[in-house]
Amino acid sequence: MAERPEDLNLPNAVITRIIKEALPDGVSTSKEARSAISRAASVFVLCATSCANSFAMKGKCKTLNASDVLSAMQEVELQWFMTPLKEALEAYRREQKRQEGSCDFFGKRDSETATLIGQFDLSCLLTRIVRQLLIPSFPPHPPKK
Amino acid sequence: MADVVVGKEKCGEQRLVSLPLSRIRVIMKSSPEVSSINQEALVLTAKATELFVQYLATYSYRHGSGKEKKALTYSDLSDTAEESETFQFLADILPKKILASKYLKTLKEKREEEEEEENDNDDESDDDEAES
Repeated sequence: MAERPEDLNLPNAVITRIIKEALPDGVSTSKEARSAISRAASVFVLCATSCANSFAMKGKCKTLNASDVLSAMQEVELQWFMTPLKEALEAYRREQKRQEGSCDFFGKRDSETATLIGQFDLSCLLTRIVRQLLIPSFPPHPPKK
Repeated sequence: MADVVVGKEKCGEQRLVSLPLSRIRVIMKSSPEVSSINQEALVLTAKATELFVQYLATYSYRHGSGKEKKALTYSDLSDTAEESETFQFLADILPKKILASKYLKTLKEKREEEEEEENDNDDESDDDEAES
Protein backbone atom coordinates (compact mmCIF):
# COMPACT_ATOMS: atom_id res chain seq x y z
CA MET A 1 0.00 0.00 0.00
CA ALA A 2 1.62 3.27 -1.13
CA GLU A 3 1.57 6.00 1.48
CA ARG A 4 0.52 9.48 0.51
CA PRO A 5 2.93 12.17 1.69
CA GLU A 6 0.44 13.51 4.23
CA ASP A 7 0.12 10.05 5.85
CA LEU A 8 3.68 10.32 7.08
CA ASN A 9 2.95 13.55 8.97
CA LEU A 10 1.70 13.67 12.51
CA PRO A 11 -1.38 15.78 13.33
CA ASN A 12 -0.45 19.45 13.85
CA ALA A 13 -2.90 19.97 16.69
CA VAL A 14 -1.38 17.20 18.80
CA ILE A 15 2.20 18.31 18.07
CA THR A 16 1.29 21.88 19.00
CA ARG A 17 -0.24 20.74 22.28
CA ILE A 18 2.81 18.65 23.22
CA ILE A 19 5.14 21.61 22.47
CA LYS A 20 2.97 24.05 24.42
CA GLU A 21 2.85 21.79 27.48
CA ALA A 22 6.64 21.31 27.38
CA LEU A 23 7.63 24.97 27.09
CA PRO A 24 7.24 27.54 29.89
CA ASP A 25 4.04 29.61 29.98
CA GLY A 26 3.87 32.54 27.62
CA VAL A 27 6.40 31.18 25.12
CA SER A 28 5.17 31.28 21.54
CA THR A 29 6.22 28.95 18.76
CA SER A 30 6.33 30.07 15.14
CA LYS A 31 4.33 28.09 12.58
CA GLU A 32 7.57 27.27 10.82
CA ALA A 33 9.07 25.88 14.04
CA ARG A 34 5.99 23.74 14.71
CA SER A 35 6.10 22.35 11.17
CA ALA A 36 9.82 21.63 11.55
CA ILE A 37 9.27 19.79 14.85
CA SER A 38 6.50 17.74 13.24
CA ARG A 39 8.85 16.70 10.41
CA ALA A 40 11.55 15.93 12.95
CA ALA A 41 9.14 13.73 14.89
CA SER A 42 8.30 11.71 11.75
CA VAL A 43 12.01 11.26 11.02
CA PHE A 44 12.51 10.18 14.64
CA VAL A 45 9.86 7.46 14.26
CA LEU A 46 11.65 6.18 11.15
CA CYS A 47 15.06 6.21 12.87
CA ALA A 48 13.75 4.54 16.00
CA THR A 49 11.97 1.89 13.92
CA SER A 50 15.02 1.17 11.79
CA CYS A 51 17.21 0.87 14.88
CA ALA A 52 14.67 -1.31 16.74
CA ASN A 53 14.36 -3.50 13.65
CA SER A 54 18.12 -4.15 13.71
CA PHE A 55 17.76 -5.47 17.26
CA ALA A 56 14.81 -7.63 16.26
CA MET A 57 16.74 -9.10 13.33
CA LYS A 58 19.73 -9.83 15.59
CA GLY A 59 17.35 -11.86 17.74
CA LYS A 60 16.05 -13.53 14.52
CA CYS A 61 12.57 -12.23 15.19
CA LYS A 62 10.37 -10.69 12.50
CA THR A 63 8.10 -8.84 14.90
CA LEU A 64 9.23 -5.63 16.55
CA ASN A 65 8.61 -5.81 20.26
CA ALA A 66 8.91 -3.53 23.29
CA SER A 67 12.45 -4.54 24.23
CA ASP A 68 13.65 -3.75 20.68
CA VAL A 69 12.28 -0.22 21.01
CA LEU A 70 13.90 0.21 24.44
CA SER A 71 17.25 -1.01 23.10
CA ALA A 72 16.92 1.42 20.19
CA MET A 73 16.53 4.35 22.62
CA GLN A 74 19.78 3.38 24.32
CA GLU A 75 21.46 3.06 20.94
CA VAL A 76 20.50 6.63 19.90
CA GLU A 77 21.74 7.94 23.26
CA LEU A 78 18.33 8.78 24.68
CA GLN A 79 18.87 6.70 27.82
CA TRP A 80 16.87 9.09 29.92
CA PHE A 81 13.76 8.01 27.95
CA MET A 82 14.05 4.57 29.57
CA THR A 83 12.34 5.40 32.87
CA PRO A 84 9.23 7.10 31.46
CA LEU A 85 8.97 4.46 28.71
CA LYS A 86 9.17 1.57 31.18
CA GLU A 87 6.50 3.26 33.31
CA ALA A 88 4.30 3.66 30.24
CA LEU A 89 4.83 0.00 29.35
CA GLU A 90 3.85 -1.12 32.86
CA ALA A 91 0.76 1.08 32.79
CA TYR A 92 -0.21 -0.30 29.38
CA ARG A 93 0.22 -3.91 30.52
CA ARG A 94 -1.85 -3.28 33.65
CA GLU A 95 -4.60 -1.74 31.53
CA GLN A 96 -4.55 -4.69 29.13
CA LYS A 97 -4.87 -7.14 32.04
CA ARG A 98 -7.72 -5.11 33.49
CA GLN A 99 -9.60 -5.15 30.19
CA GLU A 100 -9.01 -8.85 29.64
CA GLY A 101 -10.11 -9.61 33.18
CA SER A 102 -13.26 -7.53 32.98
CA CYS A 103 -14.49 -9.30 29.86
CA ASP A 104 -13.69 -12.72 31.21
CA PHE A 105 -16.68 -12.96 33.51
CA PHE A 106 -17.85 -16.20 31.91
CA GLY A 107 -14.53 -17.84 32.65
CA LYS A 108 -12.11 -18.21 35.49
CA ARG A 109 -13.43 -15.90 38.21
CA ASP A 110 -15.71 -16.99 41.07
CA SER A 111 -19.40 -16.32 40.60
CA GLU A 112 -19.66 -13.34 42.99
CA THR A 113 -16.71 -11.48 41.47
CA ALA A 114 -17.91 -12.39 38.01
CA THR A 115 -21.32 -10.89 38.73
CA LEU A 116 -19.82 -7.64 40.04
CA ILE A 117 -17.40 -7.33 37.12
CA GLY A 118 -20.11 -8.33 34.72
CA GLN A 119 -22.47 -5.60 35.95
CA PHE A 120 -19.74 -2.96 36.00
CA ASP A 121 -18.50 -3.63 32.48
CA LEU A 122 -21.64 -4.87 30.82
CA SER A 123 -22.38 -1.49 29.28
CA CYS A 124 -18.78 -1.27 28.02
CA LEU A 125 -19.03 -4.74 26.49
CA LEU A 126 -22.42 -4.07 24.88
CA THR A 127 -21.12 -0.80 23.40
CA ARG A 128 -18.21 -2.68 21.83
CA ILE A 129 -20.46 -5.37 20.36
CA VAL A 130 -22.84 -2.78 18.88
CA ARG A 131 -20.00 -0.83 17.31
CA GLN A 132 -18.20 -3.82 15.90
CA LEU A 133 -21.13 -5.79 14.57
CA LEU A 134 -24.12 -3.62 13.95
CA ILE A 135 -23.17 -0.07 12.99
CA PRO A 136 -21.61 -0.63 9.50
CA SER A 137 -24.39 -2.83 8.23
CA PHE A 138 -27.33 -1.82 10.37
CA PRO A 139 -30.33 -1.62 8.12
CA PRO A 140 -32.60 1.40 8.40
CA HIS A 141 -35.94 0.83 10.10
CA PRO A 142 -38.61 -0.07 7.60
CA PRO A 143 -41.11 2.76 7.16
CA LYS A 144 -44.13 2.46 9.42
CA LYS A 145 -47.34 1.66 7.62
CA MET B 1 -10.38 12.68 14.75
CA ALA B 2 -11.57 9.07 14.63
CA ASP B 3 -8.46 7.98 16.50
CA VAL B 4 -9.18 10.41 19.31
CA VAL B 5 -12.79 9.17 19.58
CA VAL B 6 -11.70 5.56 19.56
CA GLY B 7 -9.01 6.42 22.05
CA LYS B 8 -11.46 7.77 24.59
CA GLU B 9 -13.55 4.62 24.45
CA LYS B 10 -10.64 2.19 24.29
CA CYS B 11 -9.73 3.27 27.83
CA GLY B 12 -6.17 2.07 27.51
CA GLU B 13 -3.59 2.67 24.87
CA GLN B 14 -4.65 6.14 23.76
CA ARG B 15 -4.78 7.70 27.22
CA LEU B 16 -1.11 6.83 27.70
CA VAL B 17 -0.19 8.63 24.49
CA SER B 18 -1.62 11.62 22.61
CA LEU B 19 -0.26 10.79 19.17
CA PRO B 20 -2.55 8.59 17.02
CA LEU B 21 -1.26 5.02 16.97
CA SER B 22 -2.62 4.40 13.45
CA ARG B 23 -0.47 7.19 12.04
CA ILE B 24 2.60 6.04 13.97
CA ARG B 25 2.04 2.57 12.54
CA VAL B 26 1.87 3.92 8.96
CA ILE B 27 5.20 5.71 9.42
CA MET B 28 6.82 2.64 11.00
CA LYS B 29 5.56 0.36 8.23
CA SER B 30 6.99 2.67 5.56
CA SER B 31 10.45 1.67 6.82
CA PRO B 32 11.89 -1.11 4.63
CA GLU B 33 12.40 -4.58 6.11
CA VAL B 34 9.83 -4.04 8.87
CA SER B 35 7.32 -6.86 8.62
CA SER B 36 5.19 -6.79 11.76
CA ILE B 37 4.92 -4.62 14.84
CA ASN B 38 3.85 -5.78 18.28
CA GLN B 39 1.22 -3.53 19.90
CA GLU B 40 3.52 -2.77 22.87
CA ALA B 41 6.27 -1.65 20.47
CA LEU B 42 3.75 0.66 18.78
CA VAL B 43 2.67 2.24 22.08
CA LEU B 44 6.30 2.68 23.19
CA THR B 45 7.31 4.27 19.88
CA ALA B 46 4.42 6.72 20.14
CA LYS B 47 5.39 7.58 23.72
CA ALA B 48 9.06 7.95 22.75
CA THR B 49 8.06 10.31 19.93
CA GLU B 50 6.15 12.50 22.37
CA LEU B 51 9.16 12.60 24.68
CA PHE B 52 11.32 13.47 21.69
CA VAL B 53 9.08 16.38 20.68
CA GLN B 54 9.20 17.72 24.25
CA TYR B 55 12.98 17.31 24.39
CA LEU B 56 13.61 18.96 21.02
CA ALA B 57 11.38 21.92 21.87
CA THR B 58 12.78 22.54 25.36
CA TYR B 59 16.42 21.99 24.36
CA SER B 60 16.14 24.33 21.37
CA TYR B 61 14.41 26.99 23.45
CA ARG B 62 16.95 26.86 26.28
CA HIS B 63 19.96 27.00 23.96
CA GLY B 64 18.45 29.28 21.35
CA SER B 65 18.47 32.98 20.74
CA GLY B 66 14.67 33.28 20.83
CA LYS B 67 14.77 33.07 24.62
CA GLU B 68 14.91 36.86 25.08
CA LYS B 69 11.75 37.25 23.03
CA LYS B 70 10.05 34.27 24.73
CA ALA B 71 9.66 32.56 21.39
CA LEU B 72 10.85 29.34 19.80
CA THR B 73 11.89 29.92 16.20
CA TYR B 74 13.04 27.77 13.28
CA SER B 75 16.64 29.01 13.64
CA ASP B 76 16.72 27.72 17.26
CA LEU B 77 15.87 24.27 15.88
CA SER B 78 18.39 24.38 13.04
CA ASP B 79 21.10 25.50 15.50
CA THR B 80 20.25 22.52 17.70
CA ALA B 81 20.46 20.13 14.74
CA GLU B 82 23.88 21.49 13.84
CA GLU B 83 25.41 21.74 17.31
CA SER B 84 23.99 18.85 19.35
CA GLU B 85 25.21 15.31 18.71
CA THR B 86 21.91 13.82 19.84
CA PHE B 87 19.97 15.78 17.22
CA GLN B 88 22.52 15.62 14.43
CA PHE B 89 20.41 13.12 12.47
CA LEU B 90 18.02 16.05 11.87
CA ALA B 91 20.67 18.24 10.19
CA ASP B 92 19.44 17.41 6.65
CA ILE B 93 15.79 18.19 7.35
CA LEU B 94 16.47 21.28 9.48
CA PRO B 95 19.09 23.08 7.41
CA LYS B 96 20.28 26.54 8.34
CA LYS B 97 18.82 29.37 6.35
CA ILE B 98 21.05 31.58 4.23
CA LEU B 99 20.20 34.60 2.10
CA ALA B 100 19.55 33.76 -1.56
CA SER B 101 22.14 36.35 -2.63
CA LYS B 102 24.80 34.67 -0.47
CA TYR B 103 23.89 31.24 -1.89
CA LEU B 104 24.09 32.51 -5.49
CA LYS B 105 27.46 34.12 -4.74
CA THR B 106 28.80 30.80 -3.32
CA LEU B 107 27.46 28.96 -6.37
CA LYS B 108 29.17 31.42 -8.74
CA GLU B 109 32.51 31.10 -6.92
CA LYS B 110 32.27 27.31 -7.10
CA ARG B 111 31.61 27.40 -10.86
CA GLU B 112 34.57 29.72 -11.42
CA GLU B 113 36.83 27.33 -9.50
CA GLU B 114 35.61 24.38 -11.60
CA GLU B 115 36.21 26.31 -14.84
CA GLU B 116 39.76 27.14 -13.74
CA GLU B 117 40.46 23.48 -13.04
CA GLU B 118 39.14 22.45 -16.46
CA ASN B 119 41.32 25.08 -18.16
CA ASP B 120 44.38 23.81 -16.26
CA ASN B 121 43.63 20.22 -17.36
CA ASP B 122 43.22 21.33 -21.02
CA ASP B 123 46.57 23.17 -20.92
CA GLU B 124 48.33 20.04 -19.60
CA SER B 125 46.88 17.80 -22.33
CA ASP B 126 47.89 20.35 -25.04
CA ASP B 127 51.48 20.28 -23.71
CA ASP B 128 51.50 16.45 -23.82
CA GLU B 129 50.35 16.46 -27.47
CA ALA B 130 53.00 19.05 -28.44
CA GLU B 131 55.81 16.90 -26.91
CA SER B 132 54.74 13.74 -28.75
